[in-house]
Amino acid sequence: MSKYSVNSNGYYGRFGGQFVPEMLYPNVDNLKKVYQEILNSESFQKEYKQLLKEYVGRPTPLTYAKRMSAAYGTNIFLKREDCAHTGAHKINNAIGQILIAKQMGKTRIIAETGAGQHGVATATVCALMGMKCAVYMGEVDIQRQAPNVARMKMLGAEVIPAMTGNRTLKDATNEALRDWISNPEDTFYIIGSVVGPHPYPDMVAKLQSIISEETKWQFREQTGKDLPDYVLACIGGGSNAAGSFYNFLDDETVRLVAIEAAGLGLDTPDTAASIARGTEGIIHGSRTMLMQTDDGQIIEPYSISAGLDYPGVGPLHSFLAESGRATVLAATDQEALDAAFELTRLEGIIPALESAHALAGLKKLDFKSTDNVVVTVSGRGDKDMETYMKRFKL
Amino acid sequence: MIKNRIDNLFEQKKGLLSIYFTAGYPNLDDTMSVLTALEKSGVDMVEIGMPFSDPLADGPVIQLASLKALNNGITIKKLMEQIKDMRKTITMPVVLMGYINPVMHYGMEAFLKDCQAAGVDGVILPDLPFDEYIEHYKDMMDKYGVHYIPMIAPQSSDERIKYIDSKASGFIYMVASAGITGNIKASLDTRTAYYQRIKALGLKNKAMIGFGIKDKASYEHACNNADGAIIGTAFIKHLSDKGVNAIGEFVSAIR
Repeated sequence: MSKYSVNSNGYYGRFGGQFVPEMLYPNVDNLKKVYQEILNSESFQKEYKQLLKEYVGRPTPLTYAKRMSAAYGTNIFLKREDCAHTGAHKINNAIGQILIAKQMGKTRIIAETGAGQHGVATATVCALMGMKCAVYMGEVDIQRQAPNVARMKMLGAEVIPAMTGNRTLKDATNEALRDWISNPEDTFYIIGSVVGPHPYPDMVAKLQSIISEETKWQFREQTGKDLPDYVLACIGGGSNAAGSFYNFLDDETVRLVAIEAAGLGLDTPDTAASIARGTEGIIHGSRTMLMQTDDGQIIEPYSISAGLDYPGVGPLHSFLAESGRATVLAATDQEALDAAFELTRLEGIIPALESAHALAGLKKLDFKSTDNVVVTVSGRGDKDMETYMKRFKL
Repeated sequence: MIKNRIDNLFEQKKGLLSIYFTAGYPNLDDTMSVLTALEKSGVDMVEIGMPFSDPLADGPVIQLASLKALNNGITIKKLMEQIKDMRKTITMPVVLMGYINPVMHYGMEAFLKDCQAAGVDGVILPDLPFDEYIEHYKDMMDKYGVHYIPMIAPQSSDERIKYIDSKASGFIYMVASAGITGNIKASLDTRTAYYQRIKALGLKNKAMIGFGIKDKASYEHACNNADGAIIGTAFIKHLSDKGVNAIGEFVSAIR
């Protein structure tokens, strides 16, 4: 048992927990009782691993980035989640959770989505499994992510606009939770990140841990060395960071670096850097770092990247930051855009805006020429082309 | 053992009517005028809602009222100022209801201290789980004489309900049907089966039924199956449409 594992009450240190109304208690409690057993079962592992290999296309490559390495005077490896089916790491989790839902006899799937990546991943696995699917998405996000909305609809999902609050990811999450309260019997809620009440943060981290499981053996195979010196990942809710760090948590020589979205800057109100600018609070069922007012009202965050535009962060990351196990940096919109452009021109990979934040972290660290640095490219940039077209005048 | 206005009320009366309203709504300074009008109209108890930006157990009507109240400038601090002298005129039990984040931010102990000073009898914090309450806050609430009112729902197991009942005080809030506030989907028949299941458990605590209670018929149905009923959404709707002066009219249509 790692000291970074969740405890039996669902806490990482003082972060986490299960702050849900009694109406959700039976559902969450039931999931808590069965998820470990299902995850560890041979039948689950067999089906999950087979789908990851034959449907998602895993293992995703670990690419040595030759020109980037030269530019930064170090050794940079890219963990290529952009190569996964549907274009991002989100599918790893969606496949795992729908298998759990099936095992539990659920017949209807709900999900929340911000940029639409998790919604697309969920709609995809629902089509694959022939399950009914409803995706909640803020009305504002529906308007700015039209291609992903169309993908979900083509895949057969019902896209339900969240009309409350600021009508973005936080509100979509509220609506999904309300749906679950109203449909406790037949419905399974596939949460897209390492957030929400226990056991979600741990369950999602475990389902994403395939990222670091592969990185570890791929790195060994390619370099003959035991461990990289750095692992970098972007962090909104924190699912790709959790997956990228997971199998390195106990290898204390590996520096884990999470990069938050600073938006227009940490010293402006337009930021989504929950760890740097937030305070401790409770959102969507867990205690964690959170953007909130002096009165404990949740503040709508801002980032150019819709996938990092969340006011909280997974409780695991609050704990890793506080314990010093992870270093948390922040990159602004502009720094992320610059990093996206650089990767595209040096390596021929157009990253998602979220992943561009991880790449922007490279400029903020002092590497030795002998260092080995792994950066997770969590997704591809197809969905962000409109932003890139506008900002790069393409 | 806490003994306050809530316990006295249940000793004296049956068929109780409790009304939920949102603090600072429709206008910031309406909290006391709504409270006073409700006392005059003869309701037995009130729940004052402390608005939160992300009220995940609430339907659209209460969400909107909360948002309006927040925009009006309501905060827990402001609410505590508004009600600090309420006991000069208000004799019925008063319960505060809200989500845990603003309360934690205010500080649980500071919050309870202010509750005690103002004469608040109980708190309903839907997203503070019962076990967290027992482990971390029960002693504190006992010290300040404030009941933690737990909720139970149709999907709660008998075992869970018995466990909650064994450690609860004040009363138990029975959520009428699976759903959020203002949800009136479940038929009275579906509800009856659930109410009878609870009755058969022979709980030691009194129970009030809430969520989806909207008129005379559903109020009376609830009263036949528990010690009283709580109306929120229907009242907020009436308040939004007709204003503070028409509160008596709403209450006399219920009973």
